[in-house]
Amino acid sequence: MVSEAVVPIHTDIDIVVARQKGRELATELGFVSTDSTLLATAISELARNIVRYAKYGEIFIGSMQSGERVGITVVARDKGPGIANVSLAMQDGFSTSGGLGLGLPGVKRLMDEFHLVSDAYSGTTVTIKKWKR
Amino acid sequence: MEVPILKQGQYLIAFIQAALSDLDLVHLRDALAEKVGKFRARGVIVDVTVLDVMDSFASRTLRDLAHMTRLRGAETVIVGIQPEVAFAMVQLGLTLEGVDTALDLEEGLAFLDKKTKRHTSRG
Repeated sequence: MVSEAVVPIHTDIDIVVARQKGRELATELGFVSTDSTLLATAISELARNIVRYAKYGEIFIGSMQSGERVGITVVARDKGPGIANVSLAMQDGFSTSGGLGLGLPGVKRLMDEFHLVSDAYSGTTVTIKKWKR
Repeated sequence: MEVPILKQGQYLIAFIQAALSDLDLVHLRDALAEKVGKFRARGVIVDVTVLDVMDSFASRTLRDLAHMTRLRGAETVIVGIQPEVAFAMVQLGLTLEGVDTALDLEEGLAFLDKKTKRHTSRG
């Protein structure tokens, strides 16, 4: 079973579409309901960061397999301004917009794996993974 | 997707029926702040039972909604946050601080009855 989707992210509607795609795939792969919710919530936060900070981007959602294990990989990519200080952005409570911040430490807590690459030239790419329990 | 808002006695009840975009949430917030005055409501219930995701924006907008209606003289209670949603919210650090919540519509109504009665007896 190979399912994947790429959702272009620009408006607040795209945020809803992306998280629904994530939940669909999680359900299809037999994720428990709690984990589907965690995944959908994480996708929502990443999509929101794209809309708020980069304006345009995309979210790739795909299944992955490692031996017996099945999981979902999500890649959120944008060519926005990048995150000036990545280690600061990974601290709880950090925000540059006066709001709740990027929410990246929270997203990391929701997922099994979290990887962030960001610079001013190529934008920001966040890769997250959740394994089926 | 517009959220239907029903008037029930002194209360306004917003029944969210499907996933909401950010703009929908903002519309709901503003509509309730306005309708509290129009209907002279003392309490507001927002039923989020069907929401399968409550992210930072949704949490913040509901918190703002509760604070705005309080400034307009009405108490707000959020009802129906699902257990998985609550778990995800806590992981994200979203605690809806300063916002009243109840298990479901029934509990929400009982909560408002108690709260608005207290105000009346003091007032």
